[in-house]
Amino acid sequence: MNAQASISPSPAAGPPKETFVLNLGPQHPATHGVLRVKMTMDGEYLVRAEPVCGYVHRMQEKMGENRTYAQYLPNTSRIDYLSAMNYTHAFVGAVERAARIQVPPRAEYIRVITSELNRISSHLVWWGAFLLDLGGFTPLLYAFDDREKILDLLEGITGSRLTYCYYRFGGVCNDVDEVFLKGARQFVAHMRPRLKMYRQLVTENIILRKRLVGIGPISPELCRQYGATGPVLRGSGVAYDVRKAEPYGAYPEFDFDIPTFPEGDSMARYLVRMEEMAQSLRIIEQGLAKLPAGPVRAEKLPRVLKLPAGDYCYAVEAARGRFLVRIVSDRKEIPYRVKLRTPCLSNLSLFEEASRGLLLPDALALLGSLDLVIPDIDR
Amino acid sequence: MIQALEKLLSPLWPEPLRLVLFVVGMVLFVALNAMYLVWVERKGAGRFQRRPGPTEVGPAGLLQPVADGIKLMSKQLIVPAGVDSTLFRIAPLLVMAPVLMSLAVIPFGQDLAARNINAGLLMIFALGSINVMALMLGGWSSRNKYAIISAARVVSQNVAYEIPMLLVVITMAMVTGTLNLNEIVRQQSGPFWHWNLFRLGLNPLMPVTFLIFYICMLAETNRAPFDMAEAESELVAGAYTEYAGMGFGVFFMAEYANIVLGCSLATVLFLGGWQSPIGRLPGLVWFLLKMYFLVFSVVWVRWTFPRTQFYGLLNLSWKLLIPLSLFTLILSSAMLKILRAL
Repeated sequence: MNAQASISPSPAAGPPKETFVLNLGPQHPATHGVLRVKMTMDGEYLVRAEPVCGYVHRMQEKMGENRTYAQYLPNTSRIDYLSAMNYTHAFVGAVERAARIQVPPRAEYIRVITSELNRISSHLVWWGAFLLDLGGFTPLLYAFDDREKILDLLEGITGSRLTYCYYRFGGVCNDVDEVFLKGARQFVAHMRPRLKMYRQLVTENIILRKRLVGIGPISPELCRQYGATGPVLRGSGVAYDVRKAEPYGAYPEFDFDIPTFPEGDSMARYLVRMEEMAQSLRIIEQGLAKLPAGPVRAEKLPRVLKLPAGDYCYAVEAARGRFLVRIVSDRKEIPYRVKLRTPCLSNLSLFEEASRGLLLPDALALLGSLDLVIPDIDR
Repeated sequence: MIQALEKLLSPLWPEPLRLVLFVVGMVLFVALNAMYLVWVERKGAGRFQRRPGPTEVGPAGLLQPVADGIKLMSKQLIVPAGVDSTLFRIAPLLVMAPVLMSLAVIPFGQDLAARNINAGLLMIFALGSINVMALMLGGWSSRNKYAIISAARVVSQNVAYEIPMLLVVITMAMVTGTLNLNEIVRQQSGPFWHWNLFRLGLNPLMPVTFLIFYICMLAETNRAPFDMAEAESELVAGAYTEYAGMGFGVFFMAEYANIVLGCSLATVLFLGGWQSPIGRLPGLVWFLLKMYFLVFSVVWVRWTFPRTQFYGLLNLSWKLLIPLSLFTLILSSAMLKILRAL
């Protein structure tokens, strides 16, 4: 084999194996972006997978230290472009917490509704792309069909379809209209039977089950070591969800469950996300029913925000896990430090350990089940 | 018109002309099928995925294959540095040639076969095994890691699935008592319950046998859900990764030609070939109807199921299909003995 055959300096205990390095990415159909994984392979078995990050490093944190809070706000929706609502929520939340801005209840409810819609659209993209990784082409188009409905709804109130900058300090930028409310209700009614159909057609498919059940198990200890959160952690049976653990916004007023599956395999992570979509629908339904009247933005905000000196954090449950914004302010109009704790970096970092000894297709199923957004890793 | 063609091609004509006609006809048939099956595949995929499929080039996108062909042919034929250039160039030819030759023994109509060979069935399988080697050569000579993994997969997959397929074929040869494809079809004349698929008196498990044949055909042609060789989300394009332009195009066409061959064989062996179940319309029409129905089902399967896992695929063959096909083989031989004794 010309493929750089070499005797590896024994990766683990045991006799040295004849291995070769397979370079997966930065352009590869399975990595959905510019993720590069250097895989040391023994035949089709993975000996060691080493993720190489940084291909879309955009200095998001440094940019935060160069512009005012309002100027930085649009950046936050471009970190994980698939759950932009949640990400902007964390940033405005951190600023509001620091400046002690009271957000009107209607705005908080709108934030919850739009965040959950965003979560569903994000999970739908994952679902389609994951099945694409597994070689099932058709579900992607169905997922995008449903996602399109969400994007249309959100476009109506925010003006954008992907990188929303809808949340503002002290509320949201404009009120929801009747079209949105009616559309959201219709969407909930539309999505429930669709989820049922997906379960019957895809989740219960025997080939899919064979490819996912028992593949790439991740233990809660491994999650803890690497700080994995979100569906990855809940797929290992740990019921940790920022919406419940550190309630923010209007979430304490909603009744929803945290789906967990203790198996820790790819199927568990798959099922967590599928169940989360159903839970998000529940939240949206409640939000629409209980939506209070009133203003959607706090009154009398200073034109240029200057936060009191201090160190402020705000965490949200984004579609891929716990996203935390930390702002250190020295009373200037530009933050001293912005730190972004993104879920995908932690979720990816356990890949090396979890993928050891797997077959290449299984390792890619595991990689897909982590639901990575590459700009979120590199920031 | 078809009857005129059949008359034209009947053995009354002098041999050289017949030969030329068949070579031209066969190449045209394969080329047209390969082109338009790509269109069918894309259109079908579109319909399965709630989108229209190709619509831009020509009415209903019918000129899309022509546009694709022009594009592929106008691309530079890149032979990357470091590849084994002789084998690299031979592989696409090797993958195409056996299919073309195999089609020569397929009876498309009562007298519409290029060659009526007594060991036709044997010849198809003899040539069919070259296909594996060609794919392996393509992957091997590419000197690409993805291609080499793919080549290794192709070999183990095809070895695993050739066994149950051959066992099924042996069963069919025993049931029909001949290897001549035309003769096999002739035995299935009359209404549709005379088709081998429904001749349960000879082998009560005939539908199962057909199913095994169909699954093996999917695996042998490297079609989803058994597309281990291409598996683009794992191996980029598998054995074809390094091929550009028409080199890739030939592999692509050969895939469809192989599907046509596999479905033709299934039609001949199980679905009564050119026999008309209602005694109307010429044989060629019935043959194509049955064959294209099977081709459509192949497309249907591809766009419905996710890819199987590689060891799952081998397990399916070694643990399920081979024992099952052995069982049907023994069962039908026992049945034949009993029937003959009665």
